[in-house]
Amino acid sequence: MPAPLIEMRGITKSFGAVKANEAVDLSVAPGEILGLLGENGAGKTTLMNVLFGAYAPDAGEILIQGQQVRIASSADALAAGIGMVHQHFHLAPRLTVLENLLIGIPGKSGRIDRAGGLARLVEIGRQHGLTLDPDLPVSALSVGEQQRLEIVKALFRGAKLLILDEPTAVLAPSEVDGLFSALRSMAAQGLGIIFISHKLNEVRALTHRCTVLRHGRVAGRVDDPANTTSAAMAELMCGHEIVPPSRGPSTPGQAVLTLDGISTAKHAGTALRDISLAVRAGEILGVAGVSGNGQRALAEVISGVRAPDAGRMTIAGQNVSRFSPREVQALGLGRIPEDRMTTGLVTNLPLADSMVLPRIGSSTFSAKGLLKPDAIRAFAEEQIKAYDIRCPGPMTRAGALSGGNLQKALLARELAFDPKVLIVSQPTRGLDIGAARFIHEKFLDMRAKGCGIVVIGEDLEELLVLCDRIAVMYEGRIAGTLDSANATVARLGLLMTGAEGKA
Amino acid sequence: MSAVFEQIFQVGFLAAIIRIATPLAFATLGEMFSERAGVLNLGIEGIMLLCAMTGFTAASFSGSLWLGVLAAVLTGMLMGALHALFTVALGLSQHVCGIGVTLFSSGLAYFLYRLIFGQQSVPPSIKGFQTLPIPVLSDIPVLGPAVFNQFALVYMAILAIPLAAFVLYRTPWGLSVRMVGENPRAADSAGVSVIATRFQAVILGGALMGLAGAFLSMAQFNAFTFGVVSGRGWVAIALVVFGRWDPWRSAGAALLFAFVDALQLRMQASGLGHIPYEAFLMLPFIFTIVAMAVMSRNAVAPSALLKPFRREER
Ligand SMILES: Nc1ncnc2c1ncn2[C@@H]1O[C@H](COP(=O)(O)OP(=O)(O)OP(=O)(O)O)[C@@H](O)[C@H]1O
Ligand SMILES: [Mg+2]
Repeated sequence: MPAPLIEMRGITKSFGAVKANEAVDLSVAPGEILGLLGENGAGKTTLMNVLFGAYAPDAGEILIQGQQVRIASSADALAAGIGMVHQHFHLAPRLTVLENLLIGIPGKSGRIDRAGGLARLVEIGRQHGLTLDPDLPVSALSVGEQQRLEIVKALFRGAKLLILDEPTAVLAPSEVDGLFSALRSMAAQGLGIIFISHKLNEVRALTHRCTVLRHGRVAGRVDDPANTTSAAMAELMCGHEIVPPSRGPSTPGQAVLTLDGISTAKHAGTALRDISLAVRAGEILGVAGVSGNGQRALAEVISGVRAPDAGRMTIAGQNVSRFSPREVQALGLGRIPEDRMTTGLVTNLPLADSMVLPRIGSSTFSAKGLLKPDAIRAFAEEQIKAYDIRCPGPMTRAGALSGGNLQKALLARELAFDPKVLIVSQPTRGLDIGAARFIHEKFLDMRAKGCGIVVIGEDLEELLVLCDRIAVMYEGRIAGTLDSANATVARLGLLMTGAEGKA
Repeated sequence: MSAVFEQIFQVGFLAAIIRIATPLAFATLGEMFSERAGVLNLGIEGIMLLCAMTGFTAASFSGSLWLGVLAAVLTGMLMGALHALFTVALGLSQHVCGIGVTLFSSGLAYFLYRLIFGQQSVPPSIKGFQTLPIPVLSDIPVLGPAVFNQFALVYMAILAIPLAAFVLYRTPWGLSVRMVGENPRAADSAGVSVIATRFQAVILGGALMGLAGAFLSMAQFNAFTFGVVSGRGWVAIALVVFGRWDPWRSAGAALLFAFVDALQLRMQASGLGHIPYEAFLMLPFIFTIVAMAVMSRNAVAPSALLKPFRREER
């Protein structure tokens, strides 16, 4: 085995009482793709932030090609040849691609070296198949392109080691292939890569070796991921076996949510065109589709955030086409939005406050116009326990939670009030398999209790396991609806590209 | 009515606009640099006053106007550094600290002025900057006498506009300023020091505010009175929004404001005497409010404006 490119030894990092990393050892060889696995909150991001100089470790050392180095800032890390693509991108949306690329790069005779930057951008693009339009503002790029820009940014600075924190969580399945071939091409040139993902089939397909974290410590290593089963890796991560949930037969009752000819004008994103759907009590309906085909608008219409321009929507038989979010909530609609940071929780408020926000007016949490802080706290504490939300306590700022724990908090909030209809977008994006499993189980429990659930997602395997029926959206329409008994990934995939008119 | 019109739009009118616009342009560019880096500087009003005072004092004791300008610029940089210390290094509220800086600087200006010059019935004055006609260019009809027969500080202000645009859009430092004002985390992860860049931008802003103050006490009034600034700092803050945080637009905004101000001065002096002069005085401010209301609808502030940066926070 070649000498390691990077070695971390005995890294320890705490946030207050939380030990995010404890005596972690990790190494990457040149040309090696290392998988970094672990449950939500296991400390993967923290460890990488230490390596990238964003966090100062409490103890431990970092060696680069055998030399001990001190990485006190991202500038140090970049100088040492370490590049990082963060879970949440570090880009300025209003600046152009080239400007985002050239930030921090010394200019030529006092000016920004535009020509040199362009040349390097083209060269990197050609080498690894990562092309970008230099003069577009970043806000005009798709998520996949923004990620590409982050990778190019790291290569541009001469990275020898590239860290990718859950890069595939934000990509459509088709974009993942492009990313993987770029990563393989970089590794072939001798770059070391650290790849974080919760999707074990991706890890098995891409990585050469894996390090697994659990509760901040190294739980084990996998030397041959391609020939290790996902189940074995999952067990290493969680410390116990993970059995996939089984969806028993159900007897759906009355329709609890119906959409009849719903259309919207094109404000932002794709418009809806003549959508008709019905979800019955005790049924899970999947909505599949490549993102950007109207899923967001559909979720917004159902949750009352956006009023449809035509058509009729009912919840439990009542016409709710013109209802506000609060009114549909009062009728028993629960929602888990796509972007948990902006429309889900208030990241600057204590977790407890965020958890009662939709029901702040109910008599449980307020009386005579005053909040009942004890009741709010008690409720949050109860949910934290029930859903195993890892955080220092109910008064923690919601923004400090790891992605998986935020999702659990949202779910806890919505399920606590026994919704009749639940609409969720990307329910397990960024969640570890244990947590995803837990959430699937909760959905199936709700289904057994007679809740009608709409799951909007891109992960077809997940939808096939979870849903009774799957509708496919294409360009704002329902391209077809399949019973999951006779649906396959291939058939759904065909509908998603608009190739099959009727199923 | 046409007589009034003629009286207003004399040759001197254009020159007056340029002169009124000069301190506003300095102040607006200064505030713009600070805000582009994500730091609102409400200390501007007080900083301008203090700089007008120190500039005037240095000039009257040394006899050199340029030493006075230097003193004003250094004072501005020092007050910028003070504001940055509170808001950037310590991450305190930019609103509160800015108002604090204004109160402190104004108080200090009054105090030092009294201490140095005592109470005099006629405020001491100096021989301020004289106009400096530029050969050839000042002979151009209309434009020549208006633009090229001005104080040296006016020329500096005119040059400061393209220079500011060049620095902001063409240099690596300017890109860093824009980046820390939009997404400091992105700048930090690209190896740019957010703290240092913000400090530099706020200090540069302070220097420009110093030039604005120097112009008022050494070219416009040639004396220091407690009313030399009289709201010009606040106007500059509005003009930055009006100019959408862009050097060219901001300077344009300053020019437009100066036009309305010059107009109202002329109208006061002209035959419209039956209208109380206070009504004219209000005009530029009414203009500012209306312009702001219209323009700020689609103005987008730097995303990280008002947000302190702490690295280990998510
Ligand atoms: N800046 C911070 N302030 C306080 N606590 C933090 C901070 N960053 C991380 N933590 C805590 O440290 C622990 C590890 O978090 P980290 O983000 O490293 O997990 P992760 O393995 O990346 O999880 P995920 O898979 O959900 O992204 C969590 O308990 C988290 O709440
Ligand atoms: Mg993470």
